[in-house]
Amino acid sequence: MKPYRANVMVCAGTGCVSNHSLEIKKAFEEEIQKRGLADEVQVVTTGCNGFCGAGPIAVVQPDGIFYQLLKIKDIPYLVEEHLLKGRPVPRLMYVPPEEKIHIPKMNDIAFFKGQMLVALRNRGMIDPENIDDYIARDGYRASAKVLTTMTPDEVIQMIEASGLRGRGGGGFPTGVKWESCRKAKGEPRYVICNADEGDPGAFMDRSIIEGDPHSVLEGMVIGAFAVGSSEGYIYVRQEYPLARERLVIAINQAREYGLLGDDIFGTGFKFDVDIRRGAGAFVCGESTALMASVEGRVGEPRAKYIHTVEHGLWNKPTCLNNVETWATIPAIIMRGVDWFTSIGTGDVSENPWGGSKGTKVFSVAGKINNTGLVEVPMGITLREIIFDVGGGVPKGKKFKAVQTGGPSGGFLAAELLDLQVDYEQLTEAGSMMGSGGMVIMDEDNCMVDMAKYFLTFTQDESCGKCAPCREGTLRMLQILQRITDGKGTEEDLVLLEDLSHYVIDSSLCALGGSAPNPVLTTLRYFREEYEVHIRDKKCPARVCRQLNVYTIDPNLCVTKGHGCGVCRAQCPEKAIVGEKNKAHSVIQDACKKCGVCYDVCKFDAIQIS
Amino acid sequence: MENQVAQAARVQEIIQKWNKRRDLIIEMLHDVQSEFNYLPLPALDQISHEVGVPHSTLYGLATFYNAFSLTPRGKHQICVCMGTPCHALGAPRIVEALERHLKVKCGGTTEDLKYTLEISGCVGTCGLAPIVIVDGELHGFVTPVNAPKVLDKYSD
Repeated sequence: MKPYRANVMVCAGTGCVSNHSLEIKKAFEEEIQKRGLADEVQVVTTGCNGFCGAGPIAVVQPDGIFYQLLKIKDIPYLVEEHLLKGRPVPRLMYVPPEEKIHIPKMNDIAFFKGQMLVALRNRGMIDPENIDDYIARDGYRASAKVLTTMTPDEVIQMIEASGLRGRGGGGFPTGVKWESCRKAKGEPRYVICNADEGDPGAFMDRSIIEGDPHSVLEGMVIGAFAVGSSEGYIYVRQEYPLARERLVIAINQAREYGLLGDDIFGTGFKFDVDIRRGAGAFVCGESTALMASVEGRVGEPRAKYIHTVEHGLWNKPTCLNNVETWATIPAIIMRGVDWFTSIGTGDVSENPWGGSKGTKVFSVAGKINNTGLVEVPMGITLREIIFDVGGGVPKGKKFKAVQTGGPSGGFLAAELLDLQVDYEQLTEAGSMMGSGGMVIMDEDNCMVDMAKYFLTFTQDESCGKCAPCREGTLRMLQILQRITDGKGTEEDLVLLEDLSHYVIDSSLCALGGSAPNPVLTTLRYFREEYEVHIRDKKCPARVCRQLNVYTIDPNLCVTKGHGCGVCRAQCPEKAIVGEKNKAHSVIQDACKKCGVCYDVCKFDAIQIS
Repeated sequence: MENQVAQAARVQEIIQKWNKRRDLIIEMLHDVQSEFNYLPLPALDQISHEVGVPHSTLYGLATFYNAFSLTPRGKHQICVCMGTPCHALGAPRIVEALERHLKVKCGGTTEDLKYTLEISGCVGTCGLAPIVIVDGELHGFVTPVNAPKVLDKYSD
């Protein structure tokens, strides 16, 4: 490889690409060419940098200078100043909202400082489409070590001792799963990577695959060796085309280098991987449904008293793990059990369920300053993630709740901010780790509405095989709809709770078994808000529009808007009257409360009460 | 007539590409869907016949998975992301704005077969929320007011 004086690492994750980062890359290249720096400076596209809220992002290495919110017109100046004259450009650097001082170095930014990278160890450092980059960062050393110096039992023992637990949400000890799969009777055996990341607000797996696809492949090679498999599948959801594309490239490169295929590292070990596309069904993230889908069938789960490690894909022993779990495996092999168990909570030396070890990747989104992907040690508090790493709630609004674990998880209120994040503590609080989505809500979010949102989601995604999930979630949704329409009664809350427990206890798979969690946690921590909807027919956050009354502030309408009439023109019910330059008003009897007037008024003259 | 022959030939290519394998019919359906924007009945006949799966199975797959449609979709696919962050930042109001603009209900196709309006699961680019995806292209930070303007680019 040719040495360069500097490398410009342009983020090419989906978020930045949508913000035209590939055009930024081209602009860099053209400008560098024009200045005659092409032999000294290289432009590299990397996977997701993680700080998606600041995109498009470029980091100049080796100094680690971080530039954000780049525009094409900034590039010539940036190249001239920084790359030619050696003067970094402050105005394109990150500025924390409260301090107003720019921070040049990426690692000094609070968002990055609080993180510990294991699964994301190559984040922003490599070109995901170039296997040499991965190898230069010690890639495939772990699989070489395993295949040439270890026995399958040693590998399983090591993973068991590390205390690694499934990162897809279940938290099942990975080593235990591998051991049962190895012991199960039947040939051939399969390993599967579950990349059907369906939780809304979760994008860890997408970023790992897009940024470092080889880490997943290497983990799968190690897993396949341990359980004795020669055939693997990666099930990628259809909504992630870029991830799929990068996996295809990575698999082909690995085959070419002999790191996948018939005779890996010349040891005679044979393993290859194929990709399967999801087709837009959330339930296919459930392991038995996923396997049905890989077989080309409708993705309906089955009862799991027959374990998939014994009877999985095509009824053969199958070892399924999540993307993040696979990506963590090589790091454990290289750095050892002692290092991994030194991170996290509890003690796993006796009992694999005794603690949560290592790090966890979370995607932090919603009402938060630093939207993005963070990897933090287990045991960190919610407060540290949301306020230190995430930079808190924007626009000075008040933090209200954090939703963890997607539709299977729950809402945690402000009084739980000091909760340590690990599998047990989150479950105890009524939520769950889930795959790692964290969505922050502020005072403008209505908790009843959010519970309704998740139930709409699970109701829609319920496969319909078992009645408790299919019918139960529908009835619960109807009750929530009633409450948000202002027609709820006190008894509804009792009924809602009863139904929740029935659905949890009698559903076939985890989708139904956890679907009521958002309702139960909001009832537990925000019961008052439900009661206000029922008793006072009001929505404190002014989200449930049937409970809102829209009026127009005549003063603002005239002084600021000069009676512009936009609301009158846009109102689908013709419920707004008024003349140009005069104050407008809403005819309450005709108003259907669609909220269009509120959306279109540029002068904040529409009031909600 | 010519169209049908061309369509049958294209479907045959797709079936061959996946080696007529029973376990790969979802991949075939994906390819047919992206080729014709829906699953035409003759194409399903052909797959059923060539691969040897009953129609009921194909119908089951086509209706179970959201990615497939049995009726023609519009030339341009508009998807409003309904992930949690998008929802929390006002995605439902964007859907309503687009419904009003296109005069079609969510899930429907405009009469001129130009646009299909749908909602999608989280697309995982929550940093840009709320998001509207048109023909696979992401548009971030959409508001109910500027949502119709996003479509300007796709007016052909």
